[in-house]
Amino acid sequence: MKYGPLLFLGILLTLASSWVGLVLAPYKQLGGLLPNPATNAVGVVSYFPEARKGEAQQGAEHYRSLGCVYCHSQQVRPAGFGGDINRGWGKRRSVSRDYVHDRPVMLGTSRTGPDLTNIGERQSDYSWHYTHLYNPQITSKGSVMPPYPFLFEKRRIGLGGVSTNALKLVGEFAPGDGWEVVPTPAARQLVEYLRSLKSSFDLPEAPLPKASDDAVTATAVQ
Amino acid sequence: MPGELADEGQRRAMLAEIDSSCRAPVLFFVISGLAWLLIGTLLALVTSIKLHSPGFLSAWDFLTFGRVRPAHLNAVIYGFASQTGIAVTIWLMCRLCRVPLISGGLVILAAIFWNLGLTIGLIGILAGDSTAIEWLELPGYSTPILFFSYALVAVWSIITFRLRRESHLYVSQWYLLGAILWFPWLYATAQIMLILEPVRGTVQAAINWWFAHNVLGLWFTPIGLAAIYYFIPKVIGRPIHSYYLSVLGFWSLALFYNWNGLHHLIGGPMPAWMITVSVVASVMMLIPVITVAINHHFTMVGHFGKLRYSPTLRFVVVGALCYTATSLQGVANSLRSYSEIVHFTHHTIAHAHLGLYGFFTMVMFGSLYYIIPRISGREWPSLGLISIHFWGCFLGLVLYVVPLSYGGILQGLAMNDATIPFMKVVEGTLPWLKLRTVAGLLMALGHVAFVGNLVWLLARVFGPYRKPVVAILSGTETPAIAGK
Repeated sequence: MKYGPLLFLGILLTLASSWVGLVLAPYKQLGGLLPNPATNAVGVVSYFPEARKGEAQQGAEHYRSLGCVYCHSQQVRPAGFGGDINRGWGKRRSVSRDYVHDRPVMLGTSRTGPDLTNIGERQSDYSWHYTHLYNPQITSKGSVMPPYPFLFEKRRIGLGGVSTNALKLVGEFAPGDGWEVVPTPAARQLVEYLRSLKSSFDLPEAPLPKASDDAVTATAVQ
Repeated sequence: MPGELADEGQRRAMLAEIDSSCRAPVLFFVISGLAWLLIGTLLALVTSIKLHSPGFLSAWDFLTFGRVRPAHLNAVIYGFASQTGIAVTIWLMCRLCRVPLISGGLVILAAIFWNLGLTIGLIGILAGDSTAIEWLELPGYSTPILFFSYALVAVWSIITFRLRRESHLYVSQWYLLGAILWFPWLYATAQIMLILEPVRGTVQAAINWWFAHNVLGLWFTPIGLAAIYYFIPKVIGRPIHSYYLSVLGFWSLALFYNWNGLHHLIGGPMPAWMITVSVVASVMMLIPVITVAINHHFTMVGHFGKLRYSPTLRFVVVGALCYTATSLQGVANSLRSYSEIVHFTHHTIAHAHLGLYGFFTMVMFGSLYYIIPRISGREWPSLGLISIHFWGCFLGLVLYVVPLSYGGILQGLAMNDATIPFMKVVEGTLPWLKLRTVAGLLMALGHVAFVGNLVWLLARVFGPYRKPVVAILSGTETPAIAGK
């Protein structure tokens, strides 16, 4: 080959093709997706998925910053493709509209830990989440998830006695006599975010299975 | 092979002039690249240990798994692999265009900015500013610095290409020109649409994987293939097997590779056509992969004995074999039925390392064994360290990729069976994850040996004993170690 300009042109045109196909076309098709309106029994219109507010939104920033996405996916695969729905990770598959509020979109590519699309649905107990974040070995023995002690404050028990939000830690995990472990604001925000992760609403392109199907999609825990 | 000049002495003199003009800029990129290799290796070991011993270094947020892992990835991708790749690109460009390096100061300036941007970005990741977008974690305040540095390199490359004194364009130049023009387009698109002005919803995922897959396919792969196409014929003294296959290989790669990215979203919340188009393009990759494999491996037939004497050849040929292997594995991974099993598992991690380490890194090591003695005028001081480097990296690679690929398949099969509790799936991965740490230690040993050898060599260049080595500049074009 001797023709530099021809080479140059070919190099640019080939990439232009997939830029149009895999960047521009998805942008045209999905970039304008909006939440779906749904009317409840008394005629109030809500939009799904709902935008996250306040502490839950701040918690998303901790989820991003601490790199949770490297071990936890947030996408439920369709029934019959993998074990997602049978494991109880979701009632229906995830679709593009589920992510219209997310910045960044954290679909994840690894399941070193379980999928979290519906963790708010599956586990809503605050104290479970705090204890689990403080040290996963307490709630899930054998887990390879790291502990997050820096999201908690270990402090002396004050004159008013043990704080109401102190973690209930026993045995080898107890902080010692006269000490207590309480969540920092970051831990609180992160847990609010985790509790907000739910996709158990109907979308036209991904309806929830009807009650009669529920028997089929068993409810294995985690 | 590049056309031969009529007069052999004149040719040698020109090569010597080109090589010495490359000395400072290329060495600058190489040394920074290898510094990042050591940092990246350390981060890799910490990451690997954490995955089977989660309590390890868990007290501080900046050392938590979710920060150290992207720090490792960005240190090795943008610090080591890209800078070493640029070093090799610069030298190959000068050699193949037959022009001495112009504006060395500009190239060094680019390297300084590259390292500055990356240092700021990595500190940002550890401090919690990661974007959490895979392969693009560097925070938005650091990437413009990297992009500016890259623009300098690209402009330099295109000017050098325009000044070429050799009318024939060797196959390596096609690939290098491709890499140089593709990368800024990819990077700019991803930075603008994901970080500066994020697009809505899963469009982000599409662009993310269009970018991330193309960084491998249109940045690292062409540089690696350019080096293989150059060094195998150079070292064994025989032209490449087939010119026509190299044309077919290049253009089919250019056509198909850039459509592959969305196979990373199989099973995900995307319209089916996007996934399907990428799966089809991934299967079409068989054409460039098989073409290039025939071309590389058939060129080697009958010359395998030379692997014993030339470290360049040894590393480059292992790299070429890994390219074939990782590409075929990649085609398999892109099929829906297979992806259903391996997609979310450690199998993917093994695959990524077979590509970036087995193929690209090994080819870069081999290239440096050839280039550095020529630009510095010094032989590699220690054959023993070269052996430790090769065997550490090679055995580490095998021990990394084979068990983890297998363990990943078991992990995927177990995960898809909802009757197996998730914690059992996690337990099943532990032996493979522990083996991976051992593999990482072997690789680290190899890296330390290599850097040690280079420091020793540089000490001779810049140290008080400036004994000239005439063998390289006046002798044969085979590697410095050959024949010993």
